[in-house]
Amino acid sequence: MQLTDTRDINADRETVWAGLLSAEVLGACVPGCKEMNGSASEGFEATVVQKVGPVKATFKGAVSLSDIVEGQSLTLAGEGKGGAAGFAKGEARVSLEDAPDGGTRLIYDVEAKVGGKLAQLGSRIIDGFAKKMADQFFENFQQAVEEPEEDTSAAEAEADVGEGTSKKGWFKKMLG
Amino acid sequence: MPKDQGIGASSKRREDVRFLTGTGNYTDDINLVNQTYAHFLRSDVAHGVINGIDASAAEAMDGVVRVFTAKDFEGVGGVPCGWQVTDRHGQPMQEPKHPVLAEGKVRHVGDPIAVVIAETPELARDAAEAIDVDITELPAVVDMKAAVAEGAPKVHDDLTSNLCYDWGFVEENREAVDQAIKNAAHVTTLELVNNRLVANPMEPRVAVGDYNRANDEHTLYTTSQNPHVIRLLMGAFVLGIPEHKLRVVAPDVGGGFGTKIFHYAEEAFVTFAAKAINRPVKWTASRSEAFISDAHGRDHVTKIELALDADHKFVALRTDTYANMGAYLSTFAPSVPTWLHGTLMAGNYITPLVYVNVKAVFTNTVPVDAYRGAGRPEATFQLERVVDKAARELGMDPAELRRLNFIKPEQFPYDTPVAVTYDTGNYHATLDKALELTDYASFDTRAAESKARGKLRGFGIAHYIEACGIAPSNLVGQLGARAGLYESATVRVNATGSIAVMTGSHSHGQGHETTFAQVVADMIGIDESQVDIVHGDTARTPMGMGTYGSRSIAVGGSAMVRAAEKVLNKAKKIAAHLMEAADADIELKDGQFSVAGTDKSVAWGDVCLAAYVPHNYPLEEIEPGLEETAFYDPANFTYPSGAYFCEVEVDPGTGKVEVVGFTAADDFGNVINPMIVEGQVHGGVAQGIGQAMLENCVYDDNGQLLSGSYMDYAMPRASDLPMFEVDHSCQTPCTHNPLGVKGCGEAGAIGSPPALVNAVIDALHRGGYPVEHIDMPLSPSRVWNAMQSVK
Repeated sequence: MQLTDTRDINADRETVWAGLLSAEVLGACVPGCKEMNGSASEGFEATVVQKVGPVKATFKGAVSLSDIVEGQSLTLAGEGKGGAAGFAKGEARVSLEDAPDGGTRLIYDVEAKVGGKLAQLGSRIIDGFAKKMADQFFENFQQAVEEPEEDTSAAEAEADVGEGTSKKGWFKKMLG
Repeated sequence: MPKDQGIGASSKRREDVRFLTGTGNYTDDINLVNQTYAHFLRSDVAHGVINGIDASAAEAMDGVVRVFTAKDFEGVGGVPCGWQVTDRHGQPMQEPKHPVLAEGKVRHVGDPIAVVIAETPELARDAAEAIDVDITELPAVVDMKAAVAEGAPKVHDDLTSNLCYDWGFVEENREAVDQAIKNAAHVTTLELVNNRLVANPMEPRVAVGDYNRANDEHTLYTTSQNPHVIRLLMGAFVLGIPEHKLRVVAPDVGGGFGTKIFHYAEEAFVTFAAKAINRPVKWTASRSEAFISDAHGRDHVTKIELALDADHKFVALRTDTYANMGAYLSTFAPSVPTWLHGTLMAGNYITPLVYVNVKAVFTNTVPVDAYRGAGRPEATFQLERVVDKAARELGMDPAELRRLNFIKPEQFPYDTPVAVTYDTGNYHATLDKALELTDYASFDTRAAESKARGKLRGFGIAHYIEACGIAPSNLVGQLGARAGLYESATVRVNATGSIAVMTGSHSHGQGHETTFAQVVADMIGIDESQVDIVHGDTARTPMGMGTYGSRSIAVGGSAMVRAAEKVLNKAKKIAAHLMEAADADIELKDGQFSVAGTDKSVAWGDVCLAAYVPHNYPLEEIEPGLEETAFYDPANFTYPSGAYFCEVEVDPGTGKVEVVGFTAADDFGNVINPMIVEGQVHGGVAQGIGQAMLENCVYDDNGQLLSGSYMDYAMPRASDLPMFEVDHSCQTPCTHNPLGVKGCGEAGAIGSPPALVNAVIDALHRGGYPVEHIDMPLSPSRVWNAMQSVK
């Protein structure tokens, strides 16, 4: 499946770019992420727990960054193996532009595919699932890198990423 | 008055007592002392290179006995293919190796990579998750035409392409057919898909391997339709175990539909592993596993052209078919789109010139092989669809166009232009019978009534011919079969007159234990309860070829009759001795031997006792005992035929099709048990309607199976089906087997899909939607979209 979307983020290009390269930010933004280690140059190791339709599994895999044009665009590619559940692969081509009303416009183009039992049992719901995952990721990302509107802690952001909206700004604070 | 015993009686199925009370003995019910459990780690990509397998973590887990990979099978044979097709140019088909466990490459989702053997099924499954398989995914080929295009990724690197064979039949007719089509007054063309299906027997596959070190004997318990064939293929070609050290048992089997004919890697694996670890090994497929490891069925893409002259007589037929083989050649896969398909393309009609081209293609999908009807449903579907379309184009009643071109009753035996000779048939009779049963004359009234309810009513006709009783060994040998296709039976009479019949046929739902007993009891004139049928065990039955292709009663039943005749000949000699009469004067009726023209008689039981207690016995002339074996190899196939009529209502608002009437008028020759025959037709029609309306096996472009569970693969349910009207009173007995029988197991699945699709197309035309064709399954969205496309 493929999907394309844009998102205007109320933060400067440099902050947004830094967020894309941060294991901590990515770890906090990937829905269901339990662990994210590594670096932009070496690649990240991730553990993600997700439920797709009837199949719940722990995916262990790698996230790598490529096609990096400093401050402008990159490709985030992830592949997770879920044991008996099969595998999920995703690639997001992300580019940044200056938003017309200030801040940064993030444009993303996501391609996802699944295999094994996930495809066998969950094919009907994969498209919706992938869209939800991508939306959640970029929603979380936007919140993480935008200017703080209220004081929250990183710990709260570690909570279920699908809920709540009070996680804004912690990354900025952390960098600061 | 209907008979209550013997041939022609609707005896109740004796096997149902155990099936319905939960006392059947299926393979999964077999548990051996010290048994271990195997779990297959299967590929979740359709095509890839195996860079390495690290099983050390799995092997270290508690309860894990051993992990097997392809390395353990070095020097072991591959899973063999039982049929070699020769292509248009006289070359043998391309035949890839099919290893027990994937070597170097995986070629479809479900291809087994490694096996964990553990103390429990759960431990084996958990440990399989700990195996680290490093695979580099390769582009997959799924679409058949793309697979044979220049530059397509190759499923097997050592083959020249993904084309298994390019078969032409009758090759000598190729140019004549082209010419006839070019010059014909009318040509009707249709392109269609025969949708890929998953057999889905109620019982998934199971295999238990056992090895007895004391005498070096292997036993395999397996869900098979033909245990002797498995013993031959696995013993001789895979594991190198001589037959006398290998026993294969196929106990109660919960449905086969073809998919349990084939020799599978799992059977070889458990047999091999049981010796390797010196403990019994059991494997039970989950339903999810069945979807990606049982051979699938159908999957043909066809263009068919029918040429007619100015008088609407068929002059030539040309077909061009792509047939999916999947990733490996399953046991009988090459024969299905060729000899079980091309030889049926004449159908019930006089068509002087026929040319069938079939390109069999390897793809990164599960292997495809025989499924109920095997090749004959594919032939019938395209032929009956194109005849229907021709009738519409010519403005003729579809029944009349068929009648005009039918082979006439007085023309039998009829030599078709596609190599086979139909011994008997009367297609006019089944057509007339079906017309009578469906009340065709009043269809317009019913259509008007449907219209008043806002529904479009349609009427569809299909005729079929099958080649059943799959057999003549000398013929199938010429066509590429690597096995003989006779059948065997031993009739063992016990000392007090009861009988055990050991048959090479195998019953997995067909009711042989009932019908076969009816035949033998009838021949002697004793009660059916005195006859038991033994099947499914190579140690207990003579070498036989098993059950598929509607062959059991025609070939296996005939072998049993021949063995029983031998028994009776000997019994008459004994009776003659006991009554001091000449052999020629002995008559047998109702279990009594008598001397013609006298009141002297001796009972069946007394003769049997004399055979085993030969105090007063002609020992110098005949041996004691009463047991005979016969092998039967017929002279020809049998040719059941029939007329199938379907009535549907289509909801024009949603495209939903409802089957409101279905009539099957079959000619099965003589019928042993009418109730069982009716049940076989019911089951076949239900499966055919399943294919036509609901079932569809779908892969995505990456070779992932999307319809891999019952959430996405729709099986027919009782509520999807009307009550069927079934008739088999039109009987033209087979001329070359002793019972005059033709076989009935597949007919329903062959005749019903075209009848249903023809009915839906008819309904749409009557409703003002001139749709020419919709590919199966006729889901509401397909029907609705087709309607919108012609609005």
